Amino acid sequence: MDFLQLFDPTIFPVLAADGLTNGAVYALLALATVLVFAVTRVIFIPLGEFVVFGTLTLASLQLGKVPGTLSLLLVLLGAAALMEALTWVRRGQAGRGLLTLGGAALLGAALWALAGWAVPLKPPLWGQVILTLLLVAPLGPLIYRTVYQPLQNATVLVLLIASVALHLVLTGLALVFFGPEGSRTPPFAAGNVTLGQVTLSWQSLLVILVSALLMLGLYFFFDRTMPGKALRATAVNRLGARLVGISPSSAGTLTFTLAAVIAGLGGMLIGPSVAMTYDSGFLIGLKGFIGAIIGGLVSYPLAAVGAVLVGLIESFASFSLSAWKEVIVFTLILPVLLWRSLTTRHIPEDEE
Amino acid sequence: MTAVSGAQPAAPLLLEVRNLHTRYGRVEALDGVSVQVPAGHIVSVIGANGAGKTTLMNSIMGVLPSSGEIFYQGQSLRGVPLEARVARGISLVPERRDLFASMTVADNLQLGAYSRRRENWRADLDDVYARFPRLLERRTQLAGTLSGGEQQMLAIGRALMGKPRLLLLDEPSLGLAPLIVRDILRIVQGLRGGGVTVLLVEQNARASLAISDEAYVLETGQVSLHGPAAELARNEALGASYLGG
Repeated sequence: MDFLQLFDPTIFPVLAADGLTNGAVYALLALATVLVFAVTRVIFIPLGEFVVFGTLTLASLQLGKVPGTLSLLLVLLGAAALMEALTWVRRGQAGRGLLTLGGAALLGAALWALAGWAVPLKPPLWGQVILTLLLVAPLGPLIYRTVYQPLQNATVLVLLIASVALHLVLTGLALVFFGPEGSRTPPFAAGNVTLGQVTLSWQSLLVILVSALLMLGLYFFFDRTMPGKALRATAVNRLGARLVGISPSSAGTLTFTLAAVIAGLGGMLIGPSVAMTYDSGFLIGLKGFIGAIIGGLVSYPLAAVGAVLVGLIESFASFSLSAWKEVIVFTLILPVLLWRSLTTRHIPEDEE
Repeated sequence: MTAVSGAQPAAPLLLEVRNLHTRYGRVEALDGVSVQVPAGHIVSVIGANGAGKTTLMNSIMGVLPSSGEIFYQGQSLRGVPLEARVARGISLVPERRDLFASMTVADNLQLGAYSRRRENWRADLDDVYARFPRLLERRTQLAGTLSGGEQQMLAIGRALMGKPRLLLLDEPSLGLAPLIVRDILRIVQGLRGGGVTVLLVEQNARASLAISDEAYVLETGQVSLHGPAAELARNEALGASYLGG
């Protein structure tokens, strides 16, 4: 085994480009992980499953099949609407409860009709991407409403256990919906671009570009808009946020919507470069999580940088020590944790 | 409960608390408290540490669950969550201030208008800056880097951005130098002109009675005395225990 081969001018750029491409997607996942934890204190392990649902839903659509994602969406929509209606009834506003149920039924019927009409037509790729987002993104807020919102006042540990359970359920559902075989989606852009000695695929460039744009968009959202600032406020001081009228539930709903959109898009972005199976989500999510840990679950820039680093290390490791690739990536977390535990001030949990 | 004066307030009641009970586990922090706050008045609640003053504020705001009745603008607040109370015009400036420490002063103030985000709140920002010129100077600074007095100003300013009809102020003078306390209480007094009704909790009884119309004295979760602030300020028994003789 020759490590020096890594630095061969024909190999190094290829590996670096590969690492950056996957790293960009991991960075998106790391940002979503930090966001969800900061606002709701949930360590959202099922984020990886959202990536899988993104890729495999798109793959189903390309075959002209209505994906199982739709039935999950409809069931969750029904459950969430029932819970919401019950809350209204308990507050003595049965009328609004009925309205919620009616609205959810209409929305469900509309989504069902849209999928039933559009999927067999095999729309162009951009249409499939939008359809996939329509099917995957609502799962985020719906899961928040049905699973996490009732646990709003639970400890971080209970929320983590709920996350593990949810991860197992979603992995099982992915097996039922998409079968045991992996799928690879076709690239969004074909061909290569040559920059000097380095040849990059348009697809890689597209992934990096879209990820960067998404991060820029998130930055503006959090820095300039009222809803974005409200999410930051909830993360900084939950009671303070409630005192200005920001309800933790609406902040949680928005957060999980963002996370689901990010992860679903991430899944479609790396779909062409990874053979995705129903159980790939955990490892992918974990790589984003390591990035998030490098950022201490609070710093967005550090989390993004950490995740890109994870992508690069993974890429170089897969070339020279491919059997040890995951071992190397996950061992990386040990020195990081050690460094963080030595440099970070310890904050007792009850002080938030 | 002894009333110093039997006179009924002439102004309509903005807030009426009837027989409020709040418990922490088995400890009854509020044991049948009734408080009336007429619109446009400044009403203060004084009492020693642990008398239940902060609990009263948190119960009215909906931070803590309580039993008994709270009427605001003639409507019961039962089952109305905290966020909805904010939208109806009640604002609490909590004892711990609960600012967004890692965000700028301007962002803190902007978020104060969250419940009115569809209205035009920018004019109110100028109004708050006019009341607290110090905040205008510090508007790009992070809230966590402000001095104690400035943080209290920011907490009050943030609450005012919500255009409250009823402002609940919990110990605004806590931990502040006497000069700053005077400034802050003067600003509170100035709020009355702007149509804000204030319920003020203070340990600094003499200073708060001086700017209040009515006052209540809380002792171990019960109202032991209430009446016009001027009369309470002259009350000898009260003077011995709260006003420093």
